[in-house]
Amino acid sequence: MVPTSAYLILAIILFGIGTVGVLITRNMIVLFMSIEIMLNAANMVLIAFSKALNLVDGHVIVFLVLTIAAAEAAVGLAMIVMVYRNRETVNVDRFSLMKW
Amino acid sequence: MAEYLFLVPLFPLIGFLINGLLIGRLPKPLITLIGCGSVGLSLLLSCSLFFELKALAPEARQITQTLFTWISVGQSPDQFHVSIGYLLDPLSAVMILVVTGVGFLIHIYSIGYMAHDNGYGRYFAYMNLFTFAMLTLVLADNFLFLFVGWEGVGLCSYLLIGFWYEKKSASDAGKKAFIVNRIGDFGFLVGIFIIFWSVKSLDFMTVAARAPEVFVFGGSLVTAACLMLFLGATGKSAQLPLYIWLPDAMEGPTPVSALIHAATMVTAGVYLLARTNALFIMAPDALMVVAIIGALTALFAATIGLAQNDIKRVLAYSTVSQLGYMFLACGVAAFTAGIFHLMIHAFFKALLFLGAGSVIHAMSNEQDMRNMGGLKKYLPITFSTMFVATLTITGIPLFAGFFSKDEILWKAFSSGTNGAWYFWLIGFVTAGLTAFYMFRLVYLTFYGKERMDSKTKSHIHESPRTMTVPLMALAVLSAIGGFIGMPHIFGVTNYFEEWLSPVMSGPAHDMAEHALASGGHSATMEWLLMAASVVLVLVSIWMAYYFYRKNTQASTSLAEKFLGIKTTLENKYYVDEFYGAVVIRPVIYFSLFLWKFVDVILIDGTLNGLAKLWRDVSDALRYSQSGQLRSYATIFTVGVVLLIAWIVFGINHG
Repeated sequence: MVPTSAYLILAIILFGIGTVGVLITRNMIVLFMSIEIMLNAANMVLIAFSKALNLVDGHVIVFLVLTIAAAEAAVGLAMIVMVYRNRETVNVDRFSLMKW
Repeated sequence: MAEYLFLVPLFPLIGFLINGLLIGRLPKPLITLIGCGSVGLSLLLSCSLFFELKALAPEARQITQTLFTWISVGQSPDQFHVSIGYLLDPLSAVMILVVTGVGFLIHIYSIGYMAHDNGYGRYFAYMNLFTFAMLTLVLADNFLFLFVGWEGVGLCSYLLIGFWYEKKSASDAGKKAFIVNRIGDFGFLVGIFIIFWSVKSLDFMTVAARAPEVFVFGGSLVTAACLMLFLGATGKSAQLPLYIWLPDAMEGPTPVSALIHAATMVTAGVYLLARTNALFIMAPDALMVVAIIGALTALFAATIGLAQNDIKRVLAYSTVSQLGYMFLACGVAAFTAGIFHLMIHAFFKALLFLGAGSVIHAMSNEQDMRNMGGLKKYLPITFSTMFVATLTITGIPLFAGFFSKDEILWKAFSSGTNGAWYFWLIGFVTAGLTAFYMFRLVYLTFYGKERMDSKTKSHIHESPRTMTVPLMALAVLSAIGGFIGMPHIFGVTNYFEEWLSPVMSGPAHDMAEHALASGGHSATMEWLLMAASVVLVLVSIWMAYYFYRKNTQASTSLAEKFLGIKTTLENKYYVDEFYGAVVIRPVIYFSLFLWKFVDVILIDGTLNGLAKLWRDVSDALRYSQSGQLRSYATIFTVGVVLLIAWIVFGINHG
């Protein structure tokens, strides 16, 4: 039997990886993938507590999150494609027009 | 017919809308047709309404027509309800006949007088708007609607005084009239507030009926209301101390002076007093003030009139003086006499102004009587009609002014109020002064040496038919108009008094009759006073003849002897200068203080300082907006971490 804390530690590690990924990467696609990792870390926490407390609510919410994440990924990728078509780059440092 | 009452003011309004909206697009004949025709239709309708009213029994002579509700707020009994409604009773019937009748003649006259003016269409539009506003004023059945007309005529007065707005003096005079009237209108409004506050209604008939229940006879509330209404009347009707705008109003075209500043608008104050006679009769103190102001104004303006050289200014001061007579009549509770003089005055003063206009027209816009003289043979019609008007205003027996003026003098004498004798004496002296300055005007203008230059002289011509026909019509009215209101001692019915008696009676009058002791009425005394004033008038005329016709050196030497008095009179007692120093100068300095210090330094300084502070702070802060996604994400993450740290460590352990 794996203790709940193990799942939580895994979730923290995943979230940390995702956060660092968002902060250091310049590639928009990688940045997007890092956000997905953070999202799944949150899912992991939900599953862990759901199992520990013997409730199904957490499972239900995870399915909801997954569905929405899929939709969001589709929209997000489409936007990245459009940005690339216009600017021929996916480097976020190049998108600093909205300043001052 | 009664259901067409609303058309009386509506016709001129339509005329105004057509002429006003299509300025510069209509041909002149059409403008004339619409401008004069609309007033003509009102005149015809007014006449038929008059006869319809006359056919009713005297007590039933009241036609009301409520068009719609204007304002309705609150719950009864405190409901504030004002309707757009018209009231035709003997008083307003007299007024609409005067307004449309004299107004129509002056419109006709204007065709000739304004023929060469560029603002022909604008002129007729304003005149029609004025007629509409004046008819609204006299036909309104409640205070607030009357106030609409009151302000409307004020606006038109402003527009028409400043009609030649390129001339600075004209636009200044317009502003002066408007601003001085504001003071009076403030009083009028306060009066309306007091009346609504106490009576809970603004309807004339309701107020008149309920005044005796609501007010105490001679009480402070009704006195305050009446004094406030009278303040409004002093503004509009050019009484002391607010008369200063009227002489300046002569900057407008002469028919405007005749219509607005002599015949109709300036008499609105007298009409207001007559309309609210049920209130005034209950406030003897207020009536006393009215009588004193009226008498003083009559005397004061007449003395100024003695020394003016501008033909229109003499007439302007004469108007102020005659209005003083009307207020004197109202002040001794002889409202009928006041309205009678109002009507007769409308005839002869309109005629005098139109005659003066005809003279000015002939003299190529010269207004100074010192440059006239001997015009009698050039302007026969103008001369004869103006002469009739002069005989009327001076009170030569059997001319209309004789009856109306002596009625006022007799009523003042026999009123039984305190100081009645003094009121009579002031009116009596004023009658003499009136005779003197009017004949001075006639002698200087129409007799004697021809003092104009040769260029002007070659242009002198009698005015066109459109101008002389109204003169003749008004001359007939001025001559015979008095026969409807002859005093009882002539052994005939005073039709005018009988006609107005339903309006001048009611519960309030009954109450006042109990409270006031009536003066003695003796026919012998009345004959005696009448004879005295006729003698005084004849002596004054002889003096004018002596000084300005027979022995012109005498007037010059007399003037030299009393140089101080002459300059004081010529400068109108320095009242304008006095107001300038006491009222206008402090206001200007106070305004400068408000502008330069309060506004510029305090308010603008504070606001601009605050605005500058925010701008500087924002200037510094905006550099944090780098546009770099990753730096935003970093700040965001650090923030979240700090927030969580505070929640986890701060709250739990602190």
